[in-house]
Amino acid sequence: MAHHDTLNGAEILLKALVDQGVEVIFGYPGGAVLPIYDELFKQNRLRHVLVRHEQAAVHAAEGYARSTGKVGCVLVTSGPGATNAVTGLADAQCDSVPLVCLTGQVPTHLIGNDAFQEADITGITRPCTKHNYLVKNVNDLARTVHEAFHVARSGRPGPVLIDLPKDVIQSKGEYQPPSKVKSKYKPQVKGDIKAIEKAIEMIAHAKRPIFYVGGGVINSGPAACQLLTQFVRMTGYPCTLTLMGLGAFPGSDPLFLGMLGMHGTVEANMAMHDCDLMINIGARFDDRVTGKLDGFSPDSKKIHVDIDPSSINKNVVVDLAVVGDCAHVLEDMIKVWKAKQCRVNESALKAWWKQIDAWRGLKCLEFENSNKLIKPQYAIQRVYELTRHRNPYICTEVGQHQMWAAQYLKFDLPHHWLTSGGLGTMGYGLPSAMGVQMAHPEALVIDIAGEASIQMNIQEMATLVQHRLPVKIVILNNQYLGMVRQWQELIHGGRYAESHMDHHPDFVKLAEAFGAVGLRAEQPGQVDDVIKEMMAVDRPVIVEMRTDASENVFPMIMPGMAHNEMVLGPEDKSRDNPGSEEDGMVLV
Amino acid sequence: MIKNEEIQRHTIAVLVDNESGVLARVIGLFSGRGYNIESLTVAEVDATEKLSRITIVTSGTKMIIEQIKNQLRRLVPVYKVHDLTTEGPHVSRELALVKVTATGDKRVESLRIADIFRARAIDSTNESFVFEVVGATEKVDAFISLMAPLGLADVSRTGVVAIARGPNPI
Ligand SMILES: Cc1cc2nc3c(=O)[nH]c(=O)nc-3n(C[C@H](O)[C@H](O)[C@H](O)COP(=O)(O)OP(=O)(O)OC[C@H]3O[C@@H](n4cnc5c(N)ncnc54)[C@H](O)[C@@H]3O)c2cc1C
Ligand SMILES: Cc1ncc(C[n+]2csc(CCOP(=O)(O)OP(=O)(O)O)c2C)c(N)n1
Ligand SMILES: [Mg+2]
Repeated sequence: MAHHDTLNGAEILLKALVDQGVEVIFGYPGGAVLPIYDELFKQNRLRHVLVRHEQAAVHAAEGYARSTGKVGCVLVTSGPGATNAVTGLADAQCDSVPLVCLTGQVPTHLIGNDAFQEADITGITRPCTKHNYLVKNVNDLARTVHEAFHVARSGRPGPVLIDLPKDVIQSKGEYQPPSKVKSKYKPQVKGDIKAIEKAIEMIAHAKRPIFYVGGGVINSGPAACQLLTQFVRMTGYPCTLTLMGLGAFPGSDPLFLGMLGMHGTVEANMAMHDCDLMINIGARFDDRVTGKLDGFSPDSKKIHVDIDPSSINKNVVVDLAVVGDCAHVLEDMIKVWKAKQCRVNESALKAWWKQIDAWRGLKCLEFENSNKLIKPQYAIQRVYELTRHRNPYICTEVGQHQMWAAQYLKFDLPHHWLTSGGLGTMGYGLPSAMGVQMAHPEALVIDIAGEASIQMNIQEMATLVQHRLPVKIVILNNQYLGMVRQWQELIHGGRYAESHMDHHPDFVKLAEAFGAVGLRAEQPGQVDDVIKEMMAVDRPVIVEMRTDASENVFPMIMPGMAHNEMVLGPEDKSRDNPGSEEDGMVLV
Repeated sequence: MIKNEEIQRHTIAVLVDNESGVLARVIGLFSGRGYNIESLTVAEVDATEKLSRITIVTSGTKMIIEQIKNQLRRLVPVYKVHDLTTEGPHVSRELALVKVTATGDKRVESLRIADIFRARAIDSTNESFVFEVVGATEKVDAFISLMAPLGLADVSRTGVVAIARGPNPI
């Protein structure tokens, strides 16, 4: 045989990963992948982070990917290792995170025999991955890996799974470098210039415009965020961001109206409702954003820029669609705007801003602070004020704390905010923070957590300690599944079915048991001290803040309601008549 | 916004890589997203390029039909998606094998109807025929319903295959 037939499948795999620029793999070993671990042992190009649960490996890879713009990489064994990874893959699919997940599989001759630790993982993950592969021949391995990375990062990013039968990674075969692999998968990145010209025409003539910007701009990368910021500032138009878009436009810019949607600001939601032109860049008209579709921005023309044609006209019919990558489209938009020497309608814009400022004047995020109980909003505000000089990366779990973090933290930089938006996976925050810290060892990485969510992947404290990852975890302990409790209070007559946990671990002792540092604040006066202490420690820290259990997240658009029907706070009477979920957003 | 819209029927031609799992991806997409499949046929059409052609007859509102096409295009092994219903005239055919068990007058009548429909008897015994009938779905339906009172015993249909009229592919 030819001389290049000297590599075994596992060696080919690792070579392909190195050629794809992988530096870190998050994984967990088992029988089916032992030959791969054996090769990992023999080399030092690839680092491996040994997690404590495969779901966490995937979230960690998500954190790594979202904070670097690179493709995250996961390695798990067959059967239970692979099925444990499924939630992470579904999460990455919903939030368009580029990943390659390698799963072990039983040898090809045993597939279909209900062999030990066999699971049909390509079948199981077909609907929750962007694409998946089962490699049956070692000579297809290198090509498959290269194509998987290409698919994961191109177009609308997403997770790709490669299932690797044990005999394939053990047999000898041929390596192909990336340059030898041509993929037919080529999503459109340049927008149609005619459509862009039409868009600019509409943008220049708008009287009450708004930029509605989403995670697509973050996905596209820092260049897209810069171009967006430049273009928004050129027009002087207001800009709102989705939960996934936070950081795409500077949070401290006066043109920024805050987040929109279910827990968005009054000014953002009212401006969306009353605008005459909506310029959607990389957002997908999610039901948490639109509220009741019949009442969604009824009088506006809508432009939608998105790389995925299936996002267009899915929930909301738009007047003009531009299919393409945000960075390319924004670049062309700016060019056309300049070439045509467009001018905005100054007087109309002035009147529009006057209206927006009136909504802003309602100060919908103001809250009544207390000197006895720690208000969760206050805790988040203090985290922001005391850490902002270090440009921290913020991850979150899912629940009320996540919403307060979105409302009260400001992000001037993209890729510094990592949260599970589409799937809303409790347990996302800690492992994703782990991945961020791996990629940015010197950075301040904080997980804003609820006491319930944090327990979903708390085992990863051990990983943090083992790998010396000084992640800071701030638990807002309200003793409740707070987001669930809020819906029960507002919609289910205050019947708090199973949303109270009357036993929690002692989080300080728990941190110590893992070999980390534990701190606690029980009164407002202690909040600053624990945050400062947390920052001073170069080790993983859990800070538990005992917060007011009765606090709810406002403003809130109730299910079945429209943007102009927000509930502003506990005293607001309109909260007593919630609509139906059928035509609005669905539960927690 | 999606409600109260007229339901349309569309015939969609999809060119895919003939690799394992590709049909499962397409079918999973329809079941997972709650789209209708009225008919689905698949076979390899290009052995060198390893391409298969799937013809799907589906129904839904205009918005849903657009979604179906865009969701199909998102699948990595899918190369082309053509909506034959909107892209100009096309022809579509279905083939059915229809078993009729009859003797005497009914047997003669079944042969007479087969003749009108240009169906061929491709198997015969003293008390049965298997007819092969080809045509648009409506014609096949009509043939089968005429055979029902004459002793229809079994039916096997291919589902619809379709192609654009004129010189251009798809
Ligand atoms: C408890 C809870 C409450 C929530 N409340 C809110 C809320 O109040 N407000 C809110 O906004 N969200 C909220 N969410 C999140 C919500 O569920 C959605 O995840 C979020 O709104 C989607 O954001 P997005 O529209 O930016 O889309 P993403 O999910 O970020 O999708 C990005 C879009 O951009 C496109 N795209 C990707 N890459 C590119 C590219 N390179 N170029 C062009 N386009 C691209 C994609 O095709 C896609 O259509 C909440 C979630 C939870 C868990
Ligand atoms: C894995 C998972 N299970 C259930 C839910 C539903 N859910 C959403 S928020 C929430 C409560 C979260 O409680 P906690 O972490 O304490 O946060 P809080 O809302 O109290 O701030 C639950 C159960 C979910 N999002 N994810
Ligand atoms: Mg809680």
